[in-house]
Amino acid sequence: MSASGGRRGGAAPNLLLAWPAAALLVLFVAPLAVILIVSFFRRVQAAFFEPAAVLDNYAAALAPFYLERLGVSVVLAVAVAAVCLAVGLPFTYLLTRLPRRRQVKYLVLVLASLSLSEVIVAFSWSLMLSRTSGVSNLLVWLGVLDAPRAWSPGLAAVLLALVFVALPLTVLTFYPPVSRLNPELVEAAATLGASPVRAFLSVVVPVLRRAVAGGVALVFIFVLGAYVIPQSLGRPPQWTVPVHITDQAVLKSNLPLAAALAVVLLVVGVVVSAGLLAFGLGRRRVEA
Amino acid sequence: MGAVALYLLLPILVIAGVSLNAKKVLFFPPQGVSLRWYREFFTQADWSAPALRSVVVALLAGVIAVSIAAPLAYVVWRWGTRLSRAVLLLGFAPFALPPVVTALGALVLWIVLRSFGQPYTVVLSHGVFLVTLPLATIMLGFAGLNREVVEAAVTMGATPATVARTVVWPNLRPYVVAGYIFAFVLSLNEYIIAYMTVGFTFETLPVKIFNSLRYGYSPVMAAISLLFFLVAALLFGLVGKVGDLPRLLGADARSD
Repeated sequence: MSASGGRRGGAAPNLLLAWPAAALLVLFVAPLAVILIVSFFRRVQAAFFEPAAVLDNYAAALAPFYLERLGVSVVLAVAVAAVCLAVGLPFTYLLTRLPRRRQVKYLVLVLASLSLSEVIVAFSWSLMLSRTSGVSNLLVWLGVLDAPRAWSPGLAAVLLALVFVALPLTVLTFYPPVSRLNPELVEAAATLGASPVRAFLSVVVPVLRRAVAGGVALVFIFVLGAYVIPQSLGRPPQWTVPVHITDQAVLKSNLPLAAALAVVLLVVGVVVSAGLLAFGLGRRRVEA
Repeated sequence: MGAVALYLLLPILVIAGVSLNAKKVLFFPPQGVSLRWYREFFTQADWSAPALRSVVVALLAGVIAVSIAAPLAYVVWRWGTRLSRAVLLLGFAPFALPPVVTALGALVLWIVLRSFGQPYTVVLSHGVFLVTLPLATIMLGFAGLNREVVEAAVTMGATPATVARTVVWPNLRPYVVAGYIFAFVLSLNEYIIAYMTVGFTFETLPVKIFNSLRYGYSPVMAAISLLFFLVAALLFGLVGKVGDLPRLLGADARSD
């Protein structure tokens, strides 16, 4: 680090940071601040909003109707995150034990699924669960069902599609820590007589607790903020807060209410994921 | 593992089947085989124009994302100043936000800046939203860079520019390219930010598909969906061929 002024580097580091910092402040931090400010504004006809300092939007956002929607959103996100954890962690673990060439094939599939537009996922699951082209035809052919049935829209469709978009994200967040796991730990457990399943549950899971908590928090927040799938594959009982935020913001032009709903959603997301992280970190500290 | 792979592949298979229907119906298995829906996608302007818009937005958003991520990752690696670590935290934050909140933030910001509906707004908002991906890969690239090699070059009299060109860049290139491709593909597929910023003025392909879903399904959508999946699989497959995909995604260097 002897080149160009040693560790501090003079003005160079700050000069190089100017664009990244400016871009993130203006395009990421400022929008959050503006949401917070607008959530106290008043809605006016023929314009987007007018400056004010009222709590009406929060009164509306915390009314029983939206609280129930919030409950539905949280339950859906928790359920999807739980399924992703239960499926994604063993999947990632087995994946990292494959030879690299085969790992690459699975990783390409996971990445391609992850990048697939939520719109396309919603479309394909609505086809999968439809009467004319869905899996029920297969079940009729197998003799399980008497006649083809439609399962979309409905809760099953929402859950299946949300897991479909969240699972690749789960796998990719679990992948780095799981692949760095020391294989000798598992071998030691096996030498001591633990079955592979038991070794996984009693050695792998506890060691990875911290990374797992972080990944689950990320997936929870992602599902909490999903719009397309609950809107298009769900019936009104499955409509989550994002559906109503979008509805208020775009179709009803009530940006202050949309902003207040977004703040509430964000707070719930932060609180739940902070809880998850505390859970993961706390246990880690005890072990250390 | 096979079950998970099947779960991920099944919708793609159904889409592929439906896209081959000879008539304007959505049957699986298809009734009659034809490629007319693929032809329609490429030749009809109401599909090909949004597709072109999406590609342009994604190409530019990827540039924005990398242009933010690369200098940031470099400063963190080279000097590790407190300021750079604070900015780094911001760079990882967009992915930890509910997507709908990010989109609403973009909508309100562009209204306040009186630019609502301008095509460039979605490019900038996508670029910043997706910055986490190139940031993660480029940070990994720097982490794998041997500092002693860099210092040796400096000791032997190489200027900072020469070091950057002959030592840093060749080692870093796969990570930068992979980060760009991740950002590109995700921007191409992104719906909610595109909808809230330019949904009514500069319709991108995901927005177009979603709008069309309300008026009934067409096999064209299945054809497009399959093409999207294939483009993504092809690009990531290419990354896997050229570079070390497990390593790019955060596995350590130990190979078997």
